[in-house]
Amino acid sequence: MADPPLIQLTGITRIYGSGEIAVHALDGVDLTIEAGEFVAIMGPSGSGKSTAMNVIGCLDSPTGGQYRFNGIEVAGLSRDQRALLRRHFLGFVFQGYNLLPRSSALHNVELPLIYKGVGRAQRRAAATEALGKVGLAGRAHHDPSELSGGQQQRVAIARALVGDPQVVLADEPTGNLDTRTSVEIMEMLQALNRDEGLTIVMVTHEADMAAYADRLIWMVDGRIARDEPTRKAS
Amino acid sequence: MLWETIRLAIQAIFRNAMRSFLTVLGVVIGVAAVIAMVTVGQGSTRQVTADVEKLGTNIVMVLPGQDTMQGGPGGTADPMFTLAINDAVQEQIAAVALSAPISQSRARVVFGNENRRTDIIGTDNRYFEAARWELQRGRLFEPAEVQSGKPVCVIGETVRDSLFGNADPVGETVRIKALSCEVVGWLKSKGASTFGSDQDDFVILPIRTYHRRIAGNTDVSTLFVSVRDGASIQRTMDDITLLMRDLRRIGRGEEDDFEVVDMKQFATMLSGITDILTGLLSAVAAVSLLVGGIGIMNIMLVSVTERTREIGIRLAIGAQARQVLLQFLVEAIILSLIGGLIGIALGLGLAILGARWLAIPFTPDPGIILLAFGFSALVGIVFGYFPARRAARLDPIEALRHE
Repeated sequence: MADPPLIQLTGITRIYGSGEIAVHALDGVDLTIEAGEFVAIMGPSGSGKSTAMNVIGCLDSPTGGQYRFNGIEVAGLSRDQRALLRRHFLGFVFQGYNLLPRSSALHNVELPLIYKGVGRAQRRAAATEALGKVGLAGRAHHDPSELSGGQQQRVAIARALVGDPQVVLADEPTGNLDTRTSVEIMEMLQALNRDEGLTIVMVTHEADMAAYADRLIWMVDGRIARDEPTRKAS
Repeated sequence: MLWETIRLAIQAIFRNAMRSFLTVLGVVIGVAAVIAMVTVGQGSTRQVTADVEKLGTNIVMVLPGQDTMQGGPGGTADPMFTLAINDAVQEQIAAVALSAPISQSRARVVFGNENRRTDIIGTDNRYFEAARWELQRGRLFEPAEVQSGKPVCVIGETVRDSLFGNADPVGETVRIKALSCEVVGWLKSKGASTFGSDQDDFVILPIRTYHRRIAGNTDVSTLFVSVRDGASIQRTMDDITLLMRDLRRIGRGEEDDFEVVDMKQFATMLSGITDILTGLLSAVAAVSLLVGGIGIMNIMLVSVTERTREIGIRLAIGAQARQVLLQFLVEAIILSLIGGLIGIALGLGLAILGARWLAIPFTPDPGIILLAFGFSALVGIVFGYFPARRAARLDPIEALRHE
């Protein structure tokens, strides 16, 4: 019997509010993502791409439908159970980096391991290795305020990678960066996907950035409008 | 994990050192006040007890008049006692060990160019024994000196110090009014009493000398009575009252024209007052601890709002609600404990100064210190819980969006 798909959404709805003013952010989404894919989600604002990201990232619970992660039904899980799922299987990269201010890059990268209960020495080693992987070995003891935007985003990527996740979810990872730095970040994500088989799901509104992915999902009004390989992959 | 949480809390506290200090100030003041109050209060209670023991817990005083202790009219209209009454109390009541007659007034005592206004007391050797005076140098009165009223005197430390400086007074002659008398003894100091009065400021003469040369009458103003060990103080007081009524010919139904006072009761009442005062002041201090706790809650709420994004990050990477709760709760507790420790140190410091100022013993009570420590931890838990719960209940998506 084949492994279940890594991510499998079936008829997912997410409704904010109720009655007349109810907003159907997701309106019946069916989506399957296999391990090793690099998927970009695009769409106009209000199309539900961020909500889809939050549901996939187990930050939000869908109103209806089925979400199986590695075969586990997520929709019915409690807040704390979803936190455990995020802790052990997911990594996040945000548009605004979301690093802890006044904490060194090393401490920021260590953070997920603290919650995993990894010992101090082992944590140090893993965080240092992850920082090396994103090319910031020399900046371990710098605070975010002492790093450029691109460097901060690379610290965030190191933080997402350090726990050895099954999926990295990137929400507009290049949204705050200039073109040259954006390209660097995208090349880094692409390399991680290609060389280490890391599954990446990325939300973006820039077609240039989406082109680094293998598969492009286009959302409109809470539904998937198109689901196709990118030109590069075809 | 807990160690990490504690480390994190300490980092957060010192990141905002100034604000943290102001936050815990309420707890500091509250704890310091409680510690200082209780320590000084216990010191003064101990001082009262020690004073009574120095005086003897078996002392009964008989005074003319009624309600003299309550500041009533006193013995102005009522007749004074006599030496005969004192002898009767001494001889007819078996439980009385010693009954010393006392008469006293204020007068100036002169030696060379020095002089001092002091208490001039007429009594006999029984007083020294009953009141537990000890000699520093010299001797007490000879029986013959008491019998015939010789011009000799025993002086207290304060009088010695102001008239003789560092010199030995024994054998010198001092003048009181028209009386020249030889100093035969010098008593060991008892120091200040609980109420701050100087217990060593007097000159003692044989009572007959006092009657003839100072007072010009034979009145006795107080009977200073010590009760035998093992005898009931109350029974003895009742016996004295009956005898006195008989001697002073007070008819049935008439009120006493004298008063019998038990020093032990008096002291117990005084330490009772001290305890009540300590309790009241401690209650006020406890209220300030409560206010301190509210201060901590306030700042923790501000801190949760300020750090909403940080909470969002922690939740997103897999922190569970109770871990966030614990983080903020531990922070509040540590903050409060730091305040408690500073407060304990400050309170003990104040108590040392207070004890020195009031001339009472400094008696730190480990129980109260532990209690204050525990109470500040409790303040942290109680007032830290609400802000911590608010942090733990944040929605990670909302929190990450927070600016």
